[in-house]
Amino acid sequence: MSLPAAPGQGSRHLAVAYAVAAALLASAPFVAGWFAEGRYWLDVLNNVGLYALLALSLNVILGDAGLFHMGHAAFYAVGAYTAAILNTQHQVPVLWTLPVCAAVAALFALAVARPVVHLRGDYLLIVTIGMGEIVRIALVNDVFGLTGGANGITGIDRPSILGRRIARPQELFWLIWGFVALTVFLFHRLARSRFGRALNYLREDEVAAEGSGVPTARYRLMAFALGAAWAGMAGALFAGKARTISPESFNVGESVKIFAMVILGGAGSIPGVIAGAALLVGIEEGFRGFANARMLVVGIAMVAMMAFRPQGLFPVHLPRFRPADLPPPPGAPPREEPGR
Amino acid sequence: MTAILHVEGVSKSFGGLRAVDRVSFDVPPSAIVGLIGPNGAGKTTTFNLITGNHRPDAGAVRFEGSPITGLRPHRIVSLGIARTFQNIRLFQRLSAVENVLSGRHCRTRAGLLAAMFRPPGQVREEKEALERVADELAFVGLGGRAMELARNLSHGDQRRLEIARALASDPRLLVLDEPAGGMNEQETVELAGLIGRIRARGITVLLIEHDMSLVMRVCERIVVLEYGVKIAEGTPAEIQRDPKVIEAYLGTEEA
Amino acid sequence: MRLFLEQCTNGLAVGSIYALIALGYTMVYGVLKLINFAHGDLFTFGAYLGMTLLASMLASERVEVGLGLVLLVVMVMGLVAVLGVVLERVAYRPVRSAPRLNAVVSALGASIFLQNALMLAYGGSPQRYEEVLPQTALSVFGLQIPVVRIAVVVAAVAMMAVLYFFVQRTRVGAAIRATAIDPDAARLMGIDVNRIVMLVFVVGPALGGAAGLLVGLLYGSISFTMGWSYGMKAFTAAILGGIGNIPGAMLGGLLLGLVEALGAAYLSMAWRDAIAYGVLILILIVRPSGLLGERVADKV
Repeated sequence: MSLPAAPGQGSRHLAVAYAVAAALLASAPFVAGWFAEGRYWLDVLNNVGLYALLALSLNVILGDAGLFHMGHAAFYAVGAYTAAILNTQHQVPVLWTLPVCAAVAALFALAVARPVVHLRGDYLLIVTIGMGEIVRIALVNDVFGLTGGANGITGIDRPSILGRRIARPQELFWLIWGFVALTVFLFHRLARSRFGRALNYLREDEVAAEGSGVPTARYRLMAFALGAAWAGMAGALFAGKARTISPESFNVGESVKIFAMVILGGAGSIPGVIAGAALLVGIEEGFRGFANARMLVVGIAMVAMMAFRPQGLFPVHLPRFRPADLPPPPGAPPREEPGR
Repeated sequence: MTAILHVEGVSKSFGGLRAVDRVSFDVPPSAIVGLIGPNGAGKTTTFNLITGNHRPDAGAVRFEGSPITGLRPHRIVSLGIARTFQNIRLFQRLSAVENVLSGRHCRTRAGLLAAMFRPPGQVREEKEALERVADELAFVGLGGRAMELARNLSHGDQRRLEIARALASDPRLLVLDEPAGGMNEQETVELAGLIGRIRARGITVLLIEHDMSLVMRVCERIVVLEYGVKIAEGTPAEIQRDPKVIEAYLGTEEA
Repeated sequence: MRLFLEQCTNGLAVGSIYALIALGYTMVYGVLKLINFAHGDLFTFGAYLGMTLLASMLASERVEVGLGLVLLVVMVMGLVAVLGVVLERVAYRPVRSAPRLNAVVSALGASIFLQNALMLAYGGSPQRYEEVLPQTALSVFGLQIPVVRIAVVVAAVAMMAVLYFFVQRTRVGAAIRATAIDPDAARLMGIDVNRIVMLVFVVGPALGGAAGLLVGLLYGSISFTMGWSYGMKAFTAAILGGIGNIPGAMLGGLLLGLVEALGAAYLSMAWRDAIAYGVLILILIVRPSGLLGERVADKV
């Protein structure tokens, strides 16, 4: 990981970068109105937003906790299908399903991760791929009669806030990117907390973490649950946006794509993985019509990155503490407490 | 006085190799006990059986009267036993502060929700944890190095940082695996002083060491292992005279 | 009963193909402790290459069938082996001393690259192999077994026998086994580890490529995604036999082929792949060291 030269400076730089990005993004819905294809590009930005949520959620598992996970599309699917079923079968408004989707996805993640979470790197990767495929096959085979088989579920409502339907790209934009902003805020807080530190200890050296008193097995599961919960909510938003969902949107290719976003952008770095999401969606747009050439580029990028810049394109990591955070060492001006 | 740590008949095999064979010993409270023996004697394995990194095939370990055999390592840390590792297992890419903070983990409680919403209890807990970290860093002599990455510290400093991390979890028994490994004479003398100060805090110390000068200087009791079996136990003076110990280290005299 | 036995021969055929592919995974893992994610794509490459070469051989009408097939096998194995060596140099050597995740990502990237390169070269639809082997069936013990199936099993078993002999009885084979146990010790014994790694990336991919060719000859049609599905199953076979264990990979492959053939006959088709993944996950949970493999303890 690379750290900024002076702690304290780094977080100011990042705050400025976020402010600039936010300003640019906020102008997008208006600027889009000036161009004929504005609507299309706004939709692309909405996709970037959804993928940013997915990348951020996978980042908790892969980047922060260091768990090799390539089945993230399964959690996305669980959320999307939960929202779709609740909405089409039980008329629950899409946005109200968010907490349910988060809970269902988290519980699903706990159930499937529990037996395998102790596995070492490569093996865990294979198992998560298998798990993702099993979910997809179950969806195609219309498990429990709920999922609509290969055709999926159609006719999902648009999300609505206080009675107002959110249908146009501009409106979806605010919903999605608002959620992204909230996620970034909460996840930065998480990174600086006891929970975030525990995930990092687990990633850096599991034996040392256990030996320091961190319950590593429990945190592995919690990382999966948190990442899944967020992916589940992204799934609900996706269901409301696309209005039709089918198993093919949640195949191994999707999991690989999200994985690549995290790795190429900068695993463990919140701005990095958002940039990774933008990068991959950008490559997709740039190579529209050349699906194979575009994946070729992604493949080369992955090999090249690992050889030349394994930390990712934007491995921005804020140091957790500044010198000012620590109490002065003994010998310096005494503290006010008695008895020291 | 009952022992703070009671190891009874523990055994451990790896494949066909008997690494530890029915080893038993007691550690009195507030004592400094050394575990010595030639390479391959099973010392680290014995430690691993105490700290939960391995499960014994047979035997039991009791800490402060309660059985701890087979508990996960983090559980044992929260019960009051902290350790350092033979090959230094610090979080190399993290700062000294973050390393020592990991020791505070089992003594703090803030969870996921507290992390996101920062209630006043969580803020206070973080502040107190940092104060403890600063204290422990100063205690081991790393007060001015708090922000440095572990991998940028010298070998001797890294060993001390590991001890600070262990102390941060409020242990009543500190288990040190070759704490003087790679240290020069000056550093070893400082380490002896540090161990004395640790004991002065009321913490019992159990250590593995190859550096005999350190062992003889700080330890009150010594347990000697060879090929996984305990061959002697007693005061440093007794051990130095024990013919079995001499033989283990130097081999028998051929006539 | 007849169905059962016929399915058994079917299972042996597909199982021997799994075994050939599994050997590639297990040999690379044994020496580098790395899962070669691109291996399935090498297998696919072999299949497509074989198809192209076969078609052009037939078109030239100059090569006689028996000799031609042998030539085909040799060429496919050779070319895929070259690709394997290039793969190792480009994707694996640069990350050999890096953390595990880097090697995994590099392998994945290589796999994605190969798969898409193949798709670009050949277009998106499945392709057919020319029918060159007699499509008759032999009558053995009252069963009708296609000649092709017998030929495939014989060829695969022959290759495995040669490999087994090579690994167990030659000096180079011993060097491979030594490197798998402890690369540093092997280096100290004077073994050129880089050469051994290169050799493993010659043999493994060669066998995988041959397997691709055999699949084409056996089933007649190939597709771009077969690398993925065959690869997963072959990997399961390697794990089942004990990853890193060469006889284990052969045994695992045959066993998996049999189980799958019998299962498909008696269980649902739609869930077949899910069952295969389920078996893999189950093995990794219950007995990750496989049937013949060895457990490795972590040094603290």
